[in-house]
Amino acid sequence: MAVSSPPAPKKRKINWTPYLFLAAPLALYLVWIVGPMLYTFYLSLTDWDGISPEMKYIGLKNFQSLWNSLGKPVPSAFQYSLVNNLRWLLVFITVPVSIGLALAVMLNRDLKGDRWFKVGIFLPQVLSFAVVALIWSWVYNPRAGLINSFLLNIGVTNPPGWLADKNLAIWAIIVAATWRQIGYIMILYVAGLKNVPPTLLEAAEIDGATGWQRFWKVVFPLLAPVTTIVVVISIIDSLRSFDLVQIMTRGGPANSSSVLANLMYIQAFNNYRMGLGAATAVVLFIISLIFIVAYLWRVTQDELDY
Amino acid sequence: MASTTQSISTTAPVVPYKKKTNWGRIALYVFLITFTLVYMLPFFSSIVTSVRTQDDISLHGFWSVPKEITLQNYPDAWVQGRVSRYLLNSFIITIPALIGTVFLSSLSAYALARYRFKGNRLIYFMYVAGTMLPFQILLLPVFLLTNKLGLYNTYWAVIIIHTAFQLGFVTFVLRNFMKTLPGEIMEAARIDGASEFGIYWRIVMPLTVPGIAAVSTLEFTWIFNDYIWALILVQSDNLKPVTSGLASLQGQFTTNWPLIVAGALLAAVPTLVVFFLLQRYFIGGLTLGSGK
Repeated sequence: MAVSSPPAPKKRKINWTPYLFLAAPLALYLVWIVGPMLYTFYLSLTDWDGISPEMKYIGLKNFQSLWNSLGKPVPSAFQYSLVNNLRWLLVFITVPVSIGLALAVMLNRDLKGDRWFKVGIFLPQVLSFAVVALIWSWVYNPRAGLINSFLLNIGVTNPPGWLADKNLAIWAIIVAATWRQIGYIMILYVAGLKNVPPTLLEAAEIDGATGWQRFWKVVFPLLAPVTTIVVVISIIDSLRSFDLVQIMTRGGPANSSSVLANLMYIQAFNNYRMGLGAATAVVLFIISLIFIVAYLWRVTQDELDY
Repeated sequence: MASTTQSISTTAPVVPYKKKTNWGRIALYVFLITFTLVYMLPFFSSIVTSVRTQDDISLHGFWSVPKEITLQNYPDAWVQGRVSRYLLNSFIITIPALIGTVFLSSLSAYALARYRFKGNRLIYFMYVAGTMLPFQILLLPVFLLTNKLGLYNTYWAVIIIHTAFQLGFVTFVLRNFMKTLPGEIMEAARIDGASEFGIYWRIVMPLTVPGIAAVSTLEFTWIFNDYIWALILVQSDNLKPVTSGLASLQGQFTTNWPLIVAGALLAAVPTLVVFFLLQRYFIGGLTLGSGK
């Protein structure tokens, strides 16, 4: 703006110090994060194949072809991905959240050795998805693995193929993801419960409230801010899921365990359909955006408390 | 945000529930012990599998009495499976990325926490929103940019994207931490003639150490555990970190599960060590990061 013109009369002098502090990190962020994000939007409007020097602008054709692939008798990879992301999301906002909360409530008292329960349940969260993927691939091994070896031993003749089964693969992966997620949610609730004043619980107890009532009428409402954050984090995590699918099944068999993140990778880096891959990424982004905005809104509320 | 410092320092406050009958307590213990053991079963089963032989386990299945116990799978995974090389690569990538992102984030966090200026709110929200982006929206352009700059298939490619991507989260945490520091100290230093950078480096940074410790512990495991960026940006086996390394290990030893899980367990050691040694900071980082 008119900052550089020497006589800027009546204008308050701009303090450049914060901008100097921000310069390096912001430059890096704009070049490697913000710029690439915008460029993906552009790529999604082209038919680029990743090799030819030309990128033809084709408008919304990529999105159209994704849309048209829905509702076919044999579900398309895109349809499988949408449905599987939805399944993942629904499981994530119910199962880890309720188990994590239940464990946190159980552990929120002076139990001897409570730390060891917490450590044990939290441990999977420390493992990389790559490690979790291998551990669970072994658990699901059709002949010798933890589950099927047990089933065969007790006389089940034809145990399920888990990751090799079209109908089970995605659920098997979601179980592995849930296993890793529960400890995280539990720890967030443990921290949240520390802020529930014990005097309130005592007062409720004196008033004759049962344990169940104390939980639903006193504790749970006080945990509402934690629950909001937990639900948003769970949704975002479910939409980000990639590593487990990529390592455990690569989306198979026959696309049945594909998710959007994984589909995008395959379109762009295996099939060289960069434009279509970018369009899939944009779809994933738009779904995420709803929840990112919800999260931002939540953070804004905190801001107003200052 | 008073809860930030508090949640780091407290470990297990005692909630004075009234003592109930002992039976309830015993039942709770039994339940929790059973639950935790069952929960850890996949992990335990990997440890058990890692000391058995491929022939034994593929013939008799997991639930069988081991014919033979061996520790050979560990050196095999370490040498032939190249886990040693992959782990080294993980450190080569993680440490510079961690230092870079914490340093750069502390600069922007300081600016955002301590100055009123145009765009402050906007930049802050941009960082917060960035922490939640699905990586897929960045993959293609970052891949292309990395190629353009001649960084494809180098450590730097992965280091730079981690440094940039994690800026959002670390800035968010440190900015909120710095907001809780009393402003009078900085004013006093300013009156004493300290430079702006001096205030940041000599006064604010030392006070921010608890926040930096918490966020660094968490970031270490996040960067160390990343799979997708290594998959996209690094091709040669010599440069792979342990996550994408494990995926190739699995491809190479497809049916040798004892060796594969031994490799996976070795790969998990650094993050497990960090977690056990720095548990308090780790948990502190998680609760700081959840926004409240």
